[in-house]
Amino acid sequence: MYEGVVQNLIDELGMLPGVGPKSAQRIAFHLLAADPADVKRLAHALLEVKERVRFCRVCGNVAAEEECRICRDQRRDPHVICVVEESKDVVAIEKTREFRGRYHVLGGAISPIDGVGPDDLRIRELMTRLADGQVTELILATDPNLEGEATATYLARLVKPMGLKVTRLASGLPVGGDLEYADEVTLGRAFEGRRLLDV
Amino acid sequence: MLRTQKLGEADRIITVLTKRAGKVRGVAKGVRRTTSRFGARLEPFSHVDLQLHEGRSLDVITQVETIRPYGEALVADYPRYTAGTAMLETADRLTLGEKEPALRQFLLLVGGLRTLAEREHEARLVLDAYFLRSLAVAGYAPALSECARCGAEAVRAFAIAAGGVVCGSCRPPAATVPAAETITLMIALLRGDWPMADASEPRHRTECSGLVAAYLQWHLEHGIRSLRHVEREQAREPGREWWPSAGEPGAVSPPGAARGFDPKSTPNSHIFRA
Repeated sequence: MYEGVVQNLIDELGMLPGVGPKSAQRIAFHLLAADPADVKRLAHALLEVKERVRFCRVCGNVAAEEECRICRDQRRDPHVICVVEESKDVVAIEKTREFRGRYHVLGGAISPIDGVGPDDLRIRELMTRLADGQVTELILATDPNLEGEATATYLARLVKPMGLKVTRLASGLPVGGDLEYADEVTLGRAFEGRRLLDV
Repeated sequence: MLRTQKLGEADRIITVLTKRAGKVRGVAKGVRRTTSRFGARLEPFSHVDLQLHEGRSLDVITQVETIRPYGEALVADYPRYTAGTAMLETADRLTLGEKEPALRQFLLLVGGLRTLAEREHEARLVLDAYFLRSLAVAGYAPALSECARCGAEAVRAFAIAAGGVVCGSCRPPAATVPAAETITLMIALLRGDWPMADASEPRHRTECSGLVAAYLQWHLEHGIRSLRHVEREQAREPGREWWPSAGEPGAVSPPGAARGFDPKSTPNSHIFRA
């Protein structure tokens, strides 16, 4: 146990995800030894992120204003919406530079065992966006795990009567890997989603 | 595989129900990375062959081979997926102690998931059959043929706290009076009589689900969170609460000896909804 303020800092840092007591202690002593200006900058960034950042009223992505940068961008295709679980997924897809449409962040995936059902996600907001008839394709980019697949199944079933084109991100072999090391589920999906080589 | 929880940057804590060692929790390192060699095998519903290295607090999963990936079939059908998650949560709750052998619960769960994935029976029927049988294995089988309190054969109500059907004199004030067909359905599900269960009417299935869910949660002393999200494949019938007084139709007869009352006039009790 340390002096009150140091222990307080260790306790607070220990509340962060993935930070255990030892890591919290290490970070606390790093901050004690750091330049006061650096620590002030960190404290300011922490306060600012809580004060200024909000969720985009259209897509649910993190935004500094009422609408996020992507929803404000008039060059983005309004006819295609890519549905993701978290804002982190938007960043991952943006890094590919392959997608020029818009996003919809659900805020998680359906997981009944954790008490998360469709009503706990931003599905109602998605249906409102689809209701105006402007969207022609819905890309379901939820995680390729069980909860993500279940969420995609639920959404596909919900959207089906609207006559939209609903697509799911492909699953398969990672680029740069050896086939023999692929697990049977991934390899099976890769077979299902094989494509014609047009040479 | 019962459930997974995120741990740190890319790891997961995996809870599995094993054939020999009962419930075991282990760490699967790096499985959330897309390059993980066994991430896809460690998904809930999967029946796997697992190798664990014994750790200080949690074991570490070192190798996984898939026996049957039931998740693939279940996730493509939303009502079956929700029913499956309720089965996993119940198995987790019924096997409280870690590393305490629970062979019968294991076999029951594997059989239940296989039946659910095969799509031969309605998902909610499979779920209710699993609930009833897992309760029976745990020692909480409901009394369905004789009064749970005095053993009398002329039963008329279902009292969850009493442990099943009760006779007129043992009937507590809050007991509900289900249709005789509902009790017959419960017996069929408990015994695995699928032809009889499949032939049951939707309203009796709904009533059976409500009673079974309430009975399960009473004995577990814990709510099953997944139950709120379980979807029916068929629309529920509009129901109403019904508190019959003595002498009215709706008295439950022993199975196979329905005593000549008109099923259409038999009320449904929706007091204990899932």
